[in-house]
Amino acid sequence: MPLIFDIAVTHIAGRGRQTLVAVIGVAVGVGFSIAMAALMQGGQDDFVRQLVDTMPHVDITDEQRTARHQPAENAFETVAISGLRPRDDRRGIINPTAATSWLEGWIPGRFAASLKTQGVVRYSSREVSAAIIGVDPQHEPGVSPVVGNFVKGSFSALAAGGNNVLIGDTMANRLGAGFGDTITAVSSQGLTRNFKIAGLFHTGTTARDEGEAYVLLKNAQILSARPNAINEIRIKLDDPNRAPAVAHRAEAELGYKAVAWQEANESILEALVVRNVIMYTVVGAIMLVAGFGIYNIVSTITHEKARDIAIMKSLGFPEADMRQLFLLEGVAIGAAGSALGWLLGFSMVYALSLVRFEIAATGQEMTRLPIAWSLIHYIVASAFALGSAAVAGYLPARRAARLNPVDIIRGAT
Amino acid sequence: MSVLIETEKLTRVLPETVPVTLVKDITLTIDEKEFVAVTGPSGSGKSSLLYLLGLLDRPTSGTLRIGGRDAAPMNERERAQTRLSTLGFVFQFHFLLPEFTARENVEIPMRKLGRLARPEMRERAGELLSSLGLGEHLDKRPDQLSGGQRQRVAVARSLANDPPLILADEPTGNLDSKSSEQVFTILKSLVHERGKTVVAVTHDLDMAARMDRRIHIVDGKIE
Repeated sequence: MPLIFDIAVTHIAGRGRQTLVAVIGVAVGVGFSIAMAALMQGGQDDFVRQLVDTMPHVDITDEQRTARHQPAENAFETVAISGLRPRDDRRGIINPTAATSWLEGWIPGRFAASLKTQGVVRYSSREVSAAIIGVDPQHEPGVSPVVGNFVKGSFSALAAGGNNVLIGDTMANRLGAGFGDTITAVSSQGLTRNFKIAGLFHTGTTARDEGEAYVLLKNAQILSARPNAINEIRIKLDDPNRAPAVAHRAEAELGYKAVAWQEANESILEALVVRNVIMYTVVGAIMLVAGFGIYNIVSTITHEKARDIAIMKSLGFPEADMRQLFLLEGVAIGAAGSALGWLLGFSMVYALSLVRFEIAATGQEMTRLPIAWSLIHYIVASAFALGSAAVAGYLPARRAARLNPVDIIRGAT
Repeated sequence: MSVLIETEKLTRVLPETVPVTLVKDITLTIDEKEFVAVTGPSGSGKSSLLYLLGLLDRPTSGTLRIGGRDAAPMNERERAQTRLSTLGFVFQFHFLLPEFTARENVEIPMRKLGRLARPEMRERAGELLSSLGLGEHLDKRPDQLSGGQRQRVAVARSLANDPPLILADEPTGNLDSKSSEQVFTILKSLVHERGKTVVAVTHDLDMAARMDRRIHIVDGKIE
């Protein structure tokens, strides 16, 4: 083996330019596979992250999935009830303290209770309808999508107490109001209260920037005339993938509708599966093309060495040695190309991650290309390169080794 | 004198659509320390005979014994091993490995056989090349050598494992007359001084006349 190794090294080193071209060929294949995989995966992850981050992982509301069980159904076997109306229960989630302290005990994450009511925000003669959300400033930052997105003021302005409100910048524009102005909130109950704008946020989600107003929980309860009531508990989990299990348990215990983000976005997740298939197809195709390139280069080198194979066979090298030799050369080129390809792929991914975009027109803005840094991309790409280089070295060498050296010696000039 | 090569009705037919007979019914024996010329017109099958004797090709029928051992039942690995230890080849074209220096080219068969330690191989390669007048070109690659020098390196390589039999296929066919003479003298000295057997295919009748024994082949048969 050391002799074969030596010959392989000399072959590779002796044809510097050709080896360099082959290694670069492999490296380009590996590098581009890595970069494309990072980009595709990054886009995918970014999409899911946006979806997961902007909404609670589990949303418990004071609704029920099915109509309340009627006593008559228990008493008689055949009962048909029609025209059932939901009970007008203004208490929201019953016994909220018990519910939150129960959740406190086992939820792997953070949660916040809030009271959401529909209303209108008015400034002079302009009106914008809004969801007025009463929050607890202590717990809200753990689940809120707006905390980190303030253009002016900050979320802590709520904690200071008083009649403060936080609204999106789009709503402020539509109202013609600015930071520090006093707006009037009118609830569906007809109650009116004045609030001072203590913060403007911009999340990029139009519905949120234009349609949500955050006030203290107490103020929301007064405005909607529902003292001590909450009607929504929003949960953020450490691991978003556990949302369905958590939702299931919460719903079974509390009896209220608990929706995991996966359930709320079922159609989008279905589309994601399709995207996944597209992604793997594209990355697979790139790797296949790269693999063919690698095969081409390495097998060309092996073919050019057919004469050397004949010489060595005539000297007394068995076929197995020849196959080993070119397998070794293919793997060596594949390995060197992989290493260089990692470097190339890493630099390309890094360069891509520096590209900046400004897309404000759609309401959703993305400032950087989403990139996924994953070791798996590197491992898969180089495994593919090594595999095709080995096959590319082995197959032509096997054919050349089987060939009678006489045929090559006779044909030589 | 013991018998080195023994053939009986050795025949080789190429299995083409129209079968081509390369050699037919060759029966001969070659002893130790012989200097044999195989002559004949172009396409007569003299090179094909040499390849059969050198285990590079397999006969279609007939038997071949090398050193008393029947070659027919040998597998590929055994044939390679026999080529390595008991045969040395010199071709019309030098067939040196282009990436290796003269010394490394001579060392390769020795390293494959692994009978000597590395320093001994190095020394032996140097000695062989020096004895063929290449002492100053040990570390040159084939493309830095002249045709005659390359052919002498090839001779040195064929002697690397000290085989009893050297097979030469038109060893001087590609050389000018001065280099031809040089190579011929070397081959001759191999027989007379080192006690090797040399079988050389040639179409140069003058040269053949100066060898000890001549085998003339026409249309694949000995005449």
